This record gives sequence, structure tokens and C-alpha cells, in this order.
Amino acid sequence: MPSPTEIRKQLRRILPRVQKPGRYAGGELNQVVKDWTAIQTHFALIFPDIYDIGVPNLGIMILYELLNQRADVLCERAYLPWLDMETELRQANIPLYSLESYHPLREFDILGFTIPYETLYTNVLNILDLASIPLSSSERGNDYPLIIAGGHSTFNPEPMADFIDAFVIGEGEEVIHEIVNTQQEWKKSGKDKAELLLQLSQVQGVYVPSLYEVAYAPDGILDSVTPKNPSVPKTILKRMVPVLPDPPTHFIVPSIDVVHNRIAVEIMRGCTRGCRFCHAGMINRPIRERPVDQIMTGIEEALENTGYEEIALLSLSSSDYTHINELVQTISDKFMGKHLTISLPSLRIESFSVELMEKLRGARSGGFTLAPEAATDSMRNRINKPISTDDLLNTAREIYGRGWTTIKLYFMIGHPDETLEDVEAIVRLCKEVIGEGHKIIGKKANLHVGVSTFIPKPQTPFQWAAADNQESIYAKQKLLRDNLRGPGLKFTWSNPKETILEAALSRGDRHLGKVILAAWKLGAKFDAWQDQYQYNTWVTAFESCGIDPNFYIARTRGLDEVFPWDHISSGVKRSYLQKEYQKSLQGILTNDCREECLSCGILPVFNNLRREHPGQLWLCPEVK
Amino acid sequence: MQRIRIAYNKGIELQYTGNLDMHRVWERTFRRAKLPLAYSQGFHPQPKIQQAAPLPLGFTSKAELLDVWLDTDEPIEDLTKKIVNTAQPGIQVREVKVMSLTSEPLPNLVNAAEYRITCDDPLEPKEVTARINSVLAQVKIERERRGKVYDLRPLVQSLTLEESFPTTIMMCLASLPGATGRPEEVLEELKIDPFTVDIERIQLILNTP
Repeated sequence: MPSPTEIRKQLRRILPRVQKPGRYAGGELNQVVKDWTAIQTHFALIFPDIYDIGVPNLGIMILYELLNQRADVLCERAYLPWLDMETELRQANIPLYSLESYHPLREFDILGFTIPYETLYTNVLNILDLASIPLSSSERGNDYPLIIAGGHSTFNPEPMADFIDAFVIGEGEEVIHEIVNTQQEWKKSGKDKAELLLQLSQVQGVYVPSLYEVAYAPDGILDSVTPKNPSVPKTILKRMVPVLPDPPTHFIVPSIDVVHNRIAVEIMRGCTRGCRFCHAGMINRPIRERPVDQIMTGIEEALENTGYEEIALLSLSSSDYTHINELVQTISDKFMGKHLTISLPSLRIESFSVELMEKLRGARSGGFTLAPEAATDSMRNRINKPISTDDLLNTAREIYGRGWTTIKLYFMIGHPDETLEDVEAIVRLCKEVIGEGHKIIGKKANLHVGVSTFIPKPQTPFQWAAADNQESIYAKQKLLRDNLRGPGLKFTWSNPKETILEAALSRGDRHLGKVILAAWKLGAKFDAWQDQYQYNTWVTAFESCGIDPNFYIARTRGLDEVFPWDHISSGVKRSYLQKEYQKSLQGILTNDCREECLSCGILPVFNNLRREHPGQLWLCPEVK
Repeated sequence: MQRIRIAYNKGIELQYTGNLDMHRVWERTFRRAKLPLAYSQGFHPQPKIQQAAPLPLGFTSKAELLDVWLDTDEPIEDLTKKIVNTAQPGIQVREVKVMSLTSEPLPNLVNAAEYRITCDDPLEPKEVTARINSVLAQVKIERERRGKVYDLRPLVQSLTLEESFPTTIMMCLASLPGATGRPEEVLEELKIDPFTVDIERIQLILNTP
């Protein structure tokens, strides 16, 4: 492997040739550079897409700050180079390196990937390959870094089981230290990699796929996943931090423009609404809020450390944050007139949301975004997102009336049992909304309608459901395209060919490992990029492995079917998800579980943590 | 309101940060330093920051100049201290001084820029001198940039071999609106691959008012 000095020297001749060379140079404000030789553990955090998308990732930022607080660890970063840089690196034989010290990734002790969505899988392989690291976990001995991965997609880790040594299920703030400690002890012991993997499997929330035997029934459906060793847990329960720690404040400030140039603060984690399609809402329970003063201190420190001009207050449902009024008022009093942009996404459809946004509105305010998801009551009942059309229209009137000219509405099509009538209702509703806009502000009124396609996700009530077939999606999209026209209306939709890849991968089993590998070998990468995604490559990859993608996409699962992710627990019981699935089929709504506990399973599973942290910390009601 | 002029060096950390992004880098520096930027009027108020002359991507510099308007009466010593302390890696502040609010806009003052080129591959000094002399001896050097034909020769104000090892060339090129010489183009005339050198701007030559 070349030394950092050699890599730097070669890069001087390469970087002037590529687009946005600042992506590959590091040196940003707040990056942490420690003395490589003086520090025991070398950790690299990796986001498997380009720098521009990876730098703003909050998960990476949280872990980067936590790991670098340790005196015995140095934590650096890497991202996937864009196509032009990949070509240059391969031609010059430069292995992928970290941005802080320019060390080849191979020389780190631990590489930690965050994989929030499935269309990053081929990028993970590409990064390992660019780093001259064998793709297969089984081919990596003691001399290679430990490869771990976390993030939302790993709640079904099976499709990537061949490539990742250990998955981190759930929240990383605490478990990351336990993983580092385990690795350090193993390194001192001088034992081989198998011992490290075994020790890691003993850490709660860590899943080591190579320690499990997977058996299939003759029809291809999973039969069982069994530990190979009695000391390995049968079920891996996710990690969850009972109290949200202080938010990160030393955000890396890139010296070039990236997708989000901002301070991001989670105001709470989790959601009690129980929308049945929502993966995040199911896997991030229970709901935990940050106190207003902790959020404010975090923002002020981060502003001092970064000088950023934008602050994003993040959560799955901002309107549900208990102190939202107080928070918005405090922020407004403190920061208005200071040329800061403050964004508060995920607001409920009600006029109160407009009041909140008005308080935060600075000089530069964009559109107002709402996500009704469905346009008929029957569909809303099925997905458990009850919104009345009247509320939506009132809110729209309020938005246009208070000076916003653009509303963005997000819908979803492709739910099980959706009819063309449900889709036509989206058109009618949008026309009513823009009609209100025209009445209030005339031709200035705009409505952007984004319609995505529903993908049944593992660990949600729809994990049993089939995804809608391509012909049906095309027909529904055509109906929308033909009718969502008119002054001020703009319609965007997702390509069904991209949707089906995500649908296949998200509920895949270990067989998909060879498909992902085949697709990558055929050139698939950047699958999340519309202009890079190669549908035909994936079709060929599935064919070459003799696997029918529709087995994963288009099949309604039996209620007693064993799922590839059944041994991974989000704390929410399968029986609860099943009850929700059945209620969905019958069109029955479920309440917000702050009102009454619906026994999703979170409380009994984490009862020890709950006992250690009594009171209103989690917004679960007291259970009698 | 005060207008201040900052003289600074731009190091390798910001070598690939372009002009627009440098604007942001400075905006954030002032915000971290808690120095209130003066904003332009209008629907999209912008902080008033002016750079002297764009530095091409990949160059470092010992001669950057920037004017900024601040809504504060703080004495220059305090301003200097705050700016020096909050400047990010890649920026080394050399001097901060107060300017008259009405003095000429900074970009209008720039006349020429001097560059130091350090070559990776050592070249025979006699050969370099010969090539330099041949470039200087020409009356006209017609080149094309973005489809437009122009004459490079009058833009080259001086061109010398400064050191033989490593081969180091100094050049002073005009930097006027519509008549800015680029070091890479001179290097091509010298038959030196611009991808095998380091280029540093070492001086901005300003009009004396």
C-alpha cells in the first residue's frame, strides 16, 4: 500500500483533472486529525455515495464526534468517488483513502458503513474494491479491517450478509464504543478473526451473519435461521439509547457546496403516529424528546463552531414534539433578523403548522411541504394516516393566504388494494388545492405534486404485502400525468423500474448477495441516481443467478411465513405488526399510541431501561 | 458600518475551493467571529463581500485580497484579533485594515498578477531559458480560449527562470477585465504540462490611485 505522502503526491496530478476536486481533498473546518502512530485504534466512517451527499449525513456526524472524543481512537471519513475520480484512481492504482490523513482504508482497524437505503448496496462493494479489500467477509482474515455496517436498511441485513462482518442494529451512540472495546481486546489477545466475530456477537445489537445457518424450504421460502454456536443469540435486539445525548455541535463544514449546508438537530427520535407504511416510525420506537434548552444550547454551540447559515430541526413528526411552540418561539426570538434559514420539516396538516412556520420564516423561504400520502378516506384508513380533506384545504388556504406561493404535496401510490378511483381522487384533491390558491393569490399560486410508489418494507405491517406490479403503476402514473395539468401545477413521479429494485432488495434474503455481486460486476453502481441506475444490468444479474425478483417483489406472504429478518428485532412484536396488517386489510384505523398503549412490544422488551429512566422521558403512556 | 480589507494566504486546504465557495467560507468566518456582516438591500439580501481577483481552482496563494462591510464600530485591533482567531485551516490572515467606504471597488484596482510555478520534473536550465526567450521573442501568440481567438503575448508582462532545481518559473500576467492571462496557457507555450506543476500566486499588482 502506498503511504499517505505518496498518495498526496499522486493526487496533486489527478485532482486538477476531475470535477469538483474539493470532494477528495479533505481539510475542512472541524475535521479531526490525530497522530496516526500514537493512537491505538483507527476507525473510518464511510458513507457509500459521493461526498456531496455523504457529508451532511447526521449519523456519520454523531459517531465521528463521539469516536474522536476518545483518546485511544482516531476516526476519519471516506466517501465513494464519482465516476471520473474512480477512473483516475483505478488508472493510477491509488487505493481509496481517508480524507483526514490520506491513509488507505485497508490500513484502518475498523471500517463503519452507514447504509440508510438499499440502493447503496453496490456502492459498498465498489468502495471495498477501490480500497483493495476482498468483498466477501469469508475472504478477509486478520490482516484486513473489521467491516461493520449500520443504518435503517440493516433492519434486514440479509442481502448484504456475505460482505459485512458485523451489522449494528439500531442506534449507534453506545454500542459503537462496545464494538471498539471488543476489537481492542481482541487485537491484544492475538487471536484470529473468528474469535473477534464471536466476541462481537455477544454485544447486544450486533449481528454477525456468518455465525448463523440459514435453511430454505423446497419452495425457496426461508425455513430457519439458526445460530451455529450455542453462545450466539437467536434473536438480535436493536440498540436504543434511553435518553438522547447532547447533539453533535462540531459539524464538518465542507469548503465546497454540498446538498445540505446546515446544522441539523434532532428534536426528537421516534414517532407514535403508527402510519403502517413507515419503516422509520416502526424501527425508531419509543419516542424520546430533547428538552428545549438542550436543543438551544446545541444550536448555539454549533453556530459558533460552524458559522452555518441554516438550521434544520429534524424529527419524524415535528408537530408532535411536546414543546414545539416554546421551541419555535425561542428560536424565533433569538435568531430572527440574523440572516439564518430555519427549516422545520414533517409538519402535520393543520393551520397551526402554518403559524409555526410563519414564526420561523426569514427572508429566504421556499415552499410549504405537506405529506397527505393518500386522497381518499378508505386509503387513509388502510395506511393509518387519517387526514380530512377539509383540514388539507383549510391548511392550503392558510398557506397561500399568508404569503407562500408554492405548496408541495407528497402522495404515494401502489398500496395493496388501491383502485383507480383512489388515484383519481389525488387529481381531484390537487385541483381543489390549486383552485384555492388561484382564488387567493391568482396566477402566482403553485402546487408541486410528488407521487412516489409505495414499497412494502420489512419490520412494518406491510411486510406481508405484495408490491404493486409495474403495469398497474404505469397505468396509475399515466392517469396522474394526463390529468395533473394546468396552470401552476407541477407533477413529479418515481420511475417504476427504480422502485422495483428497492422493493426486491428491501425484503430480500441471503440469496440476493450473489445478485448484488453479479450486478456490481456488470457495472451497477450509484443505483440511487436516476441517471446512473441500470435497470437492464439488474435484470441480467437476477437472470444469471437464476433468481426471480418477483419472488421478493410481487408475492403476498403467508401469515406464518418465516421472514429473512425475523431474527432481527426492532422491539416491535411481529404479532403487533400482523394485527396492524389485518386492520389495514379491513380499513380500520389505529390511534396514536400516546393516547393508550397498543402493546407494540417496546415497553416489555426494554423494561429494564424504562425502569432505570422513569418519568415522562419516553412518551409511552403508563401501562396498568 | 466599516469597510475592511483583508490580505491573506490561501493554502492547500482550500486549494480546490472556488470563488463562490470562498465567499461562503468568509461569510461563515465572520458569523463564527460574531462580526455582523452588512447586507445588501432588496428581496435577497446578500452579505457585502468582494474579492480582488478570482484564483483558479488548484492554485495556492500568498496574495489574496478581500473587502468586507461590517455593521460594527469595533476598533480594527479587535476585529483583526477575531478574524485571525476564527479563520479556518487554509487561510492565513496577513493584514486587516480599514478602508474608506467610498474607495474604488477592489476588483477595479487589479492590474496584474505574479505567479510562481514549481515543476515536478527537473528541466535543463538552458533549455528552459531558451524556451522562455522564444516565447518572449514572439510578437503575437494566437491561442483559442472557449472558441475565441486571442493574443497571449501582450498579457505576459514578465517571464523568468528563478531557480534551476527544482525548476521554478516566475511570470507576471495581466489581470484586467477581458484580458487575463492564465499561467497554464503560458506553460503550454513553454511545452510544460500544467498537470505536473504547482502554481502559487505570489503578488497582485494594483493600480496606484
